[in-house]
Amino acid sequence: MTVTDTARESVESMLETKRTESHLNPPPSYDLADHPAPTGREEIWRFTPLKRLRGILDGEASEAKLTWETSLPEGVTLTEISAAEAAEIGELAPNDRPSALAVANAGGALLLDVPADLELDEPVWLRLHGDSVDDLVWGHLVIRIGRFSKATVVLEHTGSARYSATTSVLVGDGANANVLTLQDWDDDAVHLGRDAILVGRDASVRHTAISFGGDLVRMHANVEYAGPGGQAELLGLYFADEGQHIEHRIFADHNEPRTKSNVIYKGALQGQGAHTVWIGNVLIRKVAEGIETYEENRNLVLTEGCHADSVPNLEIETGEIEGAGHASATARFDDEQLFYLQARGISEAESRRLVVHGFFNDLIRKVGVPELEEKLMATVEEELSKNVLRPAEDAS
Amino acid sequence: MSTLEIKDLHVSVKTEDGPKEILKGVTLTIADGETHAIMGPNGSGKSTLAYSIAGHPKYTVTGGTVTLDGDDVLAMSVDERARAGLFLAMQYPVEVPGVSVSNFLRTAKTAIDGEAPKLRHWVKDVNKALQDLNLDPTFGQRSVNEGFSGGEKKRHEIAQLELLNPKIAVLDETDSGLDIDALKIVSEGVNRFRAQEGKGVLLITHYTRILRYITPDQVHVFVDGKIADQGGPELADQLEAEGYDKYLTKTTV
Ligand SMILES: Nc1ncnc2c1ncn2[C@@H]1O[C@H](COP(=O)(O)OP(=O)(O)O)[C@@H](O)[C@H]1O
Ligand SMILES: [Mg+2]
Repeated sequence: MTVTDTARESVESMLETKRTESHLNPPPSYDLADHPAPTGREEIWRFTPLKRLRGILDGEASEAKLTWETSLPEGVTLTEISAAEAAEIGELAPNDRPSALAVANAGGALLLDVPADLELDEPVWLRLHGDSVDDLVWGHLVIRIGRFSKATVVLEHTGSARYSATTSVLVGDGANANVLTLQDWDDDAVHLGRDAILVGRDASVRHTAISFGGDLVRMHANVEYAGPGGQAELLGLYFADEGQHIEHRIFADHNEPRTKSNVIYKGALQGQGAHTVWIGNVLIRKVAEGIETYEENRNLVLTEGCHADSVPNLEIETGEIEGAGHASATARFDDEQLFYLQARGISEAESRRLVVHGFFNDLIRKVGVPELEEKLMATVEEELSKNVLRPAEDAS
Repeated sequence: MSTLEIKDLHVSVKTEDGPKEILKGVTLTIADGETHAIMGPNGSGKSTLAYSIAGHPKYTVTGGTVTLDGDDVLAMSVDERARAGLFLAMQYPVEVPGVSVSNFLRTAKTAIDGEAPKLRHWVKDVNKALQDLNLDPTFGQRSVNEGFSGGEKKRHEIAQLELLNPKIAVLDETDSGLDIDALKIVSEGVNRFRAQEGKGVLLITHYTRILRYITPDQVHVFVDGKIADQGGPELADQLEAEGYDKYLTKTTV
């Protein structure tokens, strides 16, 4: 199904470059002066239709909140803290204007605390609901996963709002964290989210971003390491419909030796004006010897009139790495696949359905939240029924 | 009863320099219960014939007819042809990532029968079909054709043939790329299929060796998009000895 396929890139040719500062992401800062209002030409904004942010970047103060419905397993706490306390705890400072505005305007943060050595066998579930796109909501969250603990945290977004949030996930040494953020908004919502993850020594983290709903969704998933031996798996699944803009920006900053990152994002697009953006930035710093990184983005274009941007970026400052590679492919339905299935009696619509489910299946299985697997399959099904399954070509 | 009748079939493909005619008037009838072998050199149009019968969108029929028990096959969509009782075992089976063999087989069976198979029988049938073709029981969990060896792909095609049990099977070079053990296993599968009442087989092959295991009623020699010669099984022996040369020189003169 390949239209363009950037195969695993040989790294050798890039080793000569010596850079000290990453050009991929602006340096983090709380100071709004460091994050001026964008014109739209900036590297980090050039894919985003700024008008459709509906004034979020102006940064007006607002008292509006999302409704939180939480289920916290025993031992897990959710408490209000001040912005100053969030910084003291060691959250990762904002790295773009919306996240800096969120910290400045949210009037304090929430701290989700999973104590050290606690192994949860059920997920922490945070259900966030917005009432109306007229509400401008600022969010500021710190998730602290104590050392040697094991936890799954699900953040589910529904309803509508203009929502800008900054979230830090601080994963203690040796801990095992699985964080999932689900954007299941109504059609008119606007969501700018920055998730930044700090991976402790020998800790492992899986972060999954799933975006289906909303008019404009732009999510960052950033990862950096607090010590050697950390592993991060960044997964993403998105489905853009008519007119939707869904953007995912990944930044894996290998700032410690023997760290790993593995990034897989898959998306489907359907309907006029559906637009997805995937930016996969990986920086391997000079100190980061013996690291491994692989990133992959695949897009399946289901109808005419859609556009998928996919930009992998690998910036390498050391020659002593174990492995680095990336792949990016955007393809239409493969006629040969459809023919093969139809030649077995399966209708055209059903064949398309099988191919799309197949495209997402392995990723859905990787998410590791059994409670969500079925829901995700159902959501894919629902998305398909809007378009791919609609033509009445289902014979018999 | 099942009869596949192909009359004066002309087929072309689109190329950069306009349409190119590949089948130049093929006439062939597979009567009730018969097995016909089509033999011919590479590029003679054998796969084109197979794909055209199955309805691949790449090929345009510019003339002639194909009927199955009198019904106009060319008027049917690809899936309708399969549901009408045609099966194509492909020369190059296609990978479908993320779709498991067991899901694929169940979906196909449901489509062909118009209802879901009874679960208990179905599981048994699938296990037997896989076992008969020497495919591991865990095969069902793998993605369709993804990472299969060449032999596994071909044996999987024949497992499908047995499970879907069509009226007419078109086998496009199912024998090529198989070692002798796999060739026997595959041939046994085809023979089980055609041992049933009224099943037709169109066996496309480049080599004669599969005909030692599957004896055809008729052999057709295919050259340059047409049938150049036909006869009984003895024609295959003659081709084995003499090759296609005499037909090829005839066409280039
Ligand atoms: N898309 C195409 N464009 C041009 N020629 C084609 C195309 N597809 C097939 N052909 C030609 O059609 C002829 C028959 O091919 P095929 O049916 O695959 O033969 P066989 O199966 O007997 O080897 C070959 O000469 C091949 O080059
Ligand atoms: Mg062929």
